[in-house]
Amino acid sequence: MRHLIASAAVALTALTGSSTLAEGYPERPVMMMVSYGAGGATDFQARIVTMTAGNEDALGMPIAILNKPGAGGRVGWNWFATQADADGYTLAAYNIPHFIAQSVKGGVQYSADSFEPIANWGADPAVFVVAADSPMNSMDDVVNYAKENAGKLTFSGAGLFVGHHIAALQLEQAAGVKMAYIPTKGGGAAAMKAVIAGDVMGGVNNLSDAFRAEQAGNVKILGVFDLERNEFLPDVPTLKEQGYDIDNASVNFRGIMVPKGTPPEVIDKLATVVPEMFKNPRIASKMQAGGSPMHIMTRDEVKEMWAAREETLKELLAGL
Amino acid sequence: MEFLYYFADVFTPLSFGLLLLGTIGGLILGATPGLSPTMAVALLIPFTFHLQATQGLILLGAAYTSTVAGGAVSAILLKIPGAPANIATTLDGHTMAQQGKGAKALQLSFLASAVGGIFGVLLLIFLTPLLSQWALAFGPSHLFWLAILGVTVIGSLDSASVVKGLLSGCIGLWLATIGFDDIMGAQRFIFHPSLGGGINIIAALIGLFAIPQVLTMFAKGRQDNDAEVLVVEKHSVRDAMREIMRRPKALGIGTITGSIIGLIPGVGGQIAGLVAYDQTKKFSSEPEKFGKGHSEGVIAAESANNAMVGPSLVPLLTLSIPGSPTAAVLLGGLLIHGIFPGSDLFDNHPDVAWTFINSMLIGQVLMCIFGLYVAGLAARVAQVPQSVMAAIVLGLAVFGSYSVQSSMGDVYVMAALGVMMYFLERFGFSAAPLVLGLILGPIAEANFIQGSMIANATNGMGSYFLSGALNIGLIVVVIASIGYSAWMELRSRRYTSKEEIIG
Repeated sequence: MRHLIASAAVALTALTGSSTLAEGYPERPVMMMVSYGAGGATDFQARIVTMTAGNEDALGMPIAILNKPGAGGRVGWNWFATQADADGYTLAAYNIPHFIAQSVKGGVQYSADSFEPIANWGADPAVFVVAADSPMNSMDDVVNYAKENAGKLTFSGAGLFVGHHIAALQLEQAAGVKMAYIPTKGGGAAAMKAVIAGDVMGGVNNLSDAFRAEQAGNVKILGVFDLERNEFLPDVPTLKEQGYDIDNASVNFRGIMVPKGTPPEVIDKLATVVPEMFKNPRIASKMQAGGSPMHIMTRDEVKEMWAAREETLKELLAGL
Repeated sequence: MEFLYYFADVFTPLSFGLLLLGTIGGLILGATPGLSPTMAVALLIPFTFHLQATQGLILLGAAYTSTVAGGAVSAILLKIPGAPANIATTLDGHTMAQQGKGAKALQLSFLASAVGGIFGVLLLIFLTPLLSQWALAFGPSHLFWLAILGVTVIGSLDSASVVKGLLSGCIGLWLATIGFDDIMGAQRFIFHPSLGGGINIIAALIGLFAIPQVLTMFAKGRQDNDAEVLVVEKHSVRDAMREIMRRPKALGIGTITGSIIGLIPGVGGQIAGLVAYDQTKKFSSEPEKFGKGHSEGVIAAESANNAMVGPSLVPLLTLSIPGSPTAAVLLGGLLIHGIFPGSDLFDNHPDVAWTFINSMLIGQVLMCIFGLYVAGLAARVAQVPQSVMAAIVLGLAVFGSYSVQSSMGDVYVMAALGVMMYFLERFGFSAAPLVLGLILGPIAEANFIQGSMIANATNGMGSYFLSGALNIGLIVVVIASIGYSAWMELRSRRYTSKEEIIG
């Protein structure tokens, strides 16, 4: 029934001339679904990057955040793929590689084809951390220990089929070792607690959270799972520099998407306005203050990144 | 004593205005079913974008303390706990309201909240470095045993019989398995998309507590409309203070239990009230009065859930690890102003840190004053005719469960659980153990799986779960708790059989 109405609406707009829709859009406030709880990193950043949406040079209408948390984001994205209206007034935040990894693994009602990307705002690479008093000082120390004690090096991460898990799989593959990845319930914060408290010997965590923990003197950061060093941590080498062939497949990209079937004029309008909106200096300063790395990408760049990610993840997760 | 230097900052006109706004707003939000403290704080964060860091945090801190206390209002008057923290308050609080002692129950709950809350914040001020070590001491194996300790409480909590208590606890544990399992991502018992995220705890709370009551009110029909109207006894604040002073044991156990449990990341706030209630009952000289409108029950539960507020922020402020969902939201509020919690906060932004903590201290006092002021008025809710009341409660229940995550699915879950609970209550089961099972199930499960993964990679299960002072200590407490419940059950049985012989 909803599809019927949607297609009727599309037909109607086609009759009245498609340009009017794009000109008039948006006529009312826009809603953006975040599939993680209020206060989490994704929610926090989504609120910052959309705070200037009401400005004249942006959408001219505010964006309201709606949280639909649960099951590592699956609840929200399932809702978005199956029930959200494709009229341009319902946006959602995406997390790569999470939703693609989940769709590769199966059991959800969405895949990369269910959504249309608009723009990317942030990229939070995974890093490898150990407690401040750990004897390990480089990734080689970690890998050597893992080689001598096969399967006994415990390290934490935020769950299965999220960026941290992808990074862990890549590390095991590149170094040719077997380690014990311990997924925690309660996200990156719980995984970080396990490292600081010594419940596990190391961990994969978000760069932004690890940066804060390092500032507080609680952890050492041994490597970044990205192609280049990060501006927040200029002294920490990437895994590649340390001799492990690992790309940026685990980097947590965050951005805005709409459901498939959204009118192309609306997508075009959003795709031109939103990346510009992200460039607002007020947003940049708030993101910088919160320790959240920004990485603005246009719709075409995101499309390419999604396709590349899907291929890597299918390969990486094939054995699981 | 550093915190004293920053007291003046709390009393600048704008800061104090925000403190008042946060406190009064928090009380109202807290009293609204479905708006948990976490949500109330999250709703306020966008407002802090335009404020300075200190002022923003004053608003958030005041809102946090007063929403926890505000939850007692709907728990006592409507029997809808606003958040898991207020479950224990319904047990005696609502019974008191039904007896026309709503005003007294509210006064006691606000006074106890203030005492517990101030103690908790003082702990935060003086013992933070020490306490942060304690918060880290709990690894997966310890949290597992702690959750099991919580499960042992189930049998003795608000049920006519231990067996029925345990049975309803088991129903709760089963309900907790519904949804995607958080660690492995496996799907369990998802027959409908709205169950994908599992049973939402707030929606379940509203359904299990409010709906059976609504149905009971409707089932009575219209005829005895007038007969049901209660006389609300006036109760002076001074009497309430005297009552609190006469119950030092309940107040002490509540405050200390709440402070200790509040510290533990991931468990804290949700079960502090229930564990304190159970402990107070076990140590009380008149345990048989609990659940029948006994003031000690309200005092213990409310002092515990506000005592947990201060310590629950210790891991956040010292280690930058949010120990509870609300702390995670507060972390967002700090980051947005470029302040990283941890040593950086106290070294480089002492004005922000101490003003925030001081505002929670003052907030507790303001919350108590406003709470006492409205207690008398609010208690009149009991005078509303039952048919009207049932409609209002039903409306609030639907609104509350929908607003948790803007999902009709939660409303269906709420309604289904509510109808189920109505029939269960007819057979002598009660909602509190069921909810406790629902809360503790995931904690026990996740920590057991995590612990066993670590154990299998290192020393093996036996030594990981059964050795170490903290593990053994917790196991001893678990055994003592079970033993005590069993002994009480046997003793009361012997007592009844004697009665029967005499009769």
